[in-house]
Amino acid sequence: MSGPSTYQPQNAFMKWMERRLPIAGFVHSSFIVYPTPRNLNYWWTFGGILTLMLTAQIITGIVLAMHYTPHVDHAFNSVEHIMRDVNYGWLLRYLHANGASMFFLAGYVHMFRGMYYGSYKEPREVLWILGVILLLLMIATGFMGYVLPWGQMSFWAATVITNLFSAIPIVGEAVVTWLWGGYAVGNPTLNRFYSLHYLLPFVIVGVVVLHIWALHVVGQNNPTGIEPKSDKDTLAFTPYATIKDSFMMVCFCIVFAWFVFYMPNYMGHADNYIPANPAVTPTHIVPEWYYLPFYAILRAIPDKLMGVMALGASIVILAFLPWLDTSRVRSANYRPLYRQFFWIFVAVCIGLGWLGAKPAEGGYVIAARILTLYYFAHFLVILPVLGWIEKTKPLPNSISESILASNRAAS
Amino acid sequence: MLRTILALVLAGSLLSLTAIAPAAAAGDQPVPPRQKWSFSGPFGTYDRGQLQRGFKVYREVCAVCHGLKLVAFRNLAELGYSEAQVKTIAAEYKVQAGPNDQGEMFERAGQPADYFPAPWPNENAARVRYNGVPPDFSVLAKARTYERGFPWFVADMFTQFQEQGVDYIHALLTGYEDKPPAGVTLPAGNFYNKYFPGHAISMPPPLSDKRVDYTDGSPTTVEQYSKDVTAFMMWAAEPHMEARKRIGFQVMIFLLVFAGLLYFTKKKVWADAH
Repeated sequence: MSGPSTYQPQNAFMKWMERRLPIAGFVHSSFIVYPTPRNLNYWWTFGGILTLMLTAQIITGIVLAMHYTPHVDHAFNSVEHIMRDVNYGWLLRYLHANGASMFFLAGYVHMFRGMYYGSYKEPREVLWILGVILLLLMIATGFMGYVLPWGQMSFWAATVITNLFSAIPIVGEAVVTWLWGGYAVGNPTLNRFYSLHYLLPFVIVGVVVLHIWALHVVGQNNPTGIEPKSDKDTLAFTPYATIKDSFMMVCFCIVFAWFVFYMPNYMGHADNYIPANPAVTPTHIVPEWYYLPFYAILRAIPDKLMGVMALGASIVILAFLPWLDTSRVRSANYRPLYRQFFWIFVAVCIGLGWLGAKPAEGGYVIAARILTLYYFAHFLVILPVLGWIEKTKPLPNSISESILASNRAAS
Repeated sequence: MLRTILALVLAGSLLSLTAIAPAAAAGDQPVPPRQKWSFSGPFGTYDRGQLQRGFKVYREVCAVCHGLKLVAFRNLAELGYSEAQVKTIAAEYKVQAGPNDQGEMFERAGQPADYFPAPWPNENAARVRYNGVPPDFSVLAKARTYERGFPWFVADMFTQFQEQGVDYIHALLTGYEDKPPAGVTLPAGNFYNKYFPGHAISMPPPLSDKRVDYTDGSPTTVEQYSKDVTAFMMWAAEPHMEARKRIGFQVMIFLLVFAGLLYFTKKKVWADAH
């Protein structure tokens, strides 16, 4: 997509094909000779890891769908049927459930990397916004997938989250009834969630294609945050990026396998092994860990409508990041103040996550309010102001120069 | 300036947390004591003798009220029973079948392919008879837990501790007290249990010493019964655990070797790029 296609078909068939559908040339220019900055560190491998996780989720999900029954009377037992009687069903199901967690883990690392190195800045705004859309799609897909086993937490998560829409003035109640397909969370709700849970991953695939397309138009950012200027600054995608990505994918799979094979229920909730019961509310309704920071923000606001708006804003605000960050320097390596605020922001997100798992009472609520305020202040106050007052460090002239400098420092 | 902001944010958050600490401590259950389980850890396996004893406790005590509807008699072969033994056990149960040619439901002896029949006709009947619906045992060991709290839940990720459910069930079975502490009044038909949330449990103390005969010389105590039946419940909830851990070890070895090979290949490929 970027860079000239230097592909020369070798045999007669490929020559014939290349004149009609230049797919080999496309792959060659996008994934073989495609120039990548030579100073990319391991944080840049998470895009590849995410692609791997998306593929793994789709494959395990399609097979699980062959054995699952989306009906309130059968869903719970059909999942147990998968766990007990389907050949390697336990493996598929644990891969899929833990795969969702791993998908989000990689997604959050990928986003924080983008924030640290200013990867959202001109000309990568659209690339970044497509990423925010992917996050929204992941959140929706993961939520609906969690409802499918139809345990207590599935049912009550579905009830709590769909009820958020009732906060909309005037039409709220009607919207919720429409979402449910009835007057309570029931069989129509489960059916449509199943349908959408099957559909949305393919929407994600579509947006991922756009995301990679946009990436290949503007090229990758890198730890210095300055654009490659000559051939000396870049390396061919294959073999350099390919081997580095592969190594990290396998390392990531070790972490993934640790959970799947040795503690497959660590990230889940015991309550979800109790079949859904509309008559019994669990003591604590807690979402999966990857939604906890947003859940904490929702509950920090005493007013329901404002809480829902804060929840939505906490995600949508990410899309405006390219314009909220006023600094001309991309990488935090050359922004001494931003670098510290970045790590505070990471700590605040983790703190919100911890509070999201706690009951909404007493000091937890006050702490959640302070951190929520800080979350938004980071985007609306700190980032704009930092861009004006921060004294940045001098940037190197080129990527290759910065590598030479760090090599000299190391030796 | 930065330090001040950070200090303020942290101090404010921490201060607000200390405010609720006493409230959270009151009314809590004690933490279930850690037990040794043969199935814990990366190489854990079920102890067949213990599972058979646990099944005996289930059959002779728990099964009066608690179902096991997701487990089939054929699954009992995994406890070490022979095919003939499984058939004999199944035949001791009556299962409803039909309709027959005349359109009538009938009862017949159980077969290995049948599932454990429910101990009561429906939930309402159970509610009337037992002052509540006794939970089904099939996945109960995974459906119960207690909160580990920080920093233990982080440490658990590395130690692979995941026996909270069985520790809790064992503690519950051995946590009855004849008399509630002074000042605590129980609702009618309830019993005092140290580990049950709220302490008032409608299940009477199910186990007593010498209630079930063991043929393998194991002690016939409440402590032993509750450990055995809890291990049996873990097996019922996670019958493929042994295969999971065995395959997991193979996968880990493969991934580690593969990662090592990729690492050195990466080093070689990148050697000329620096």
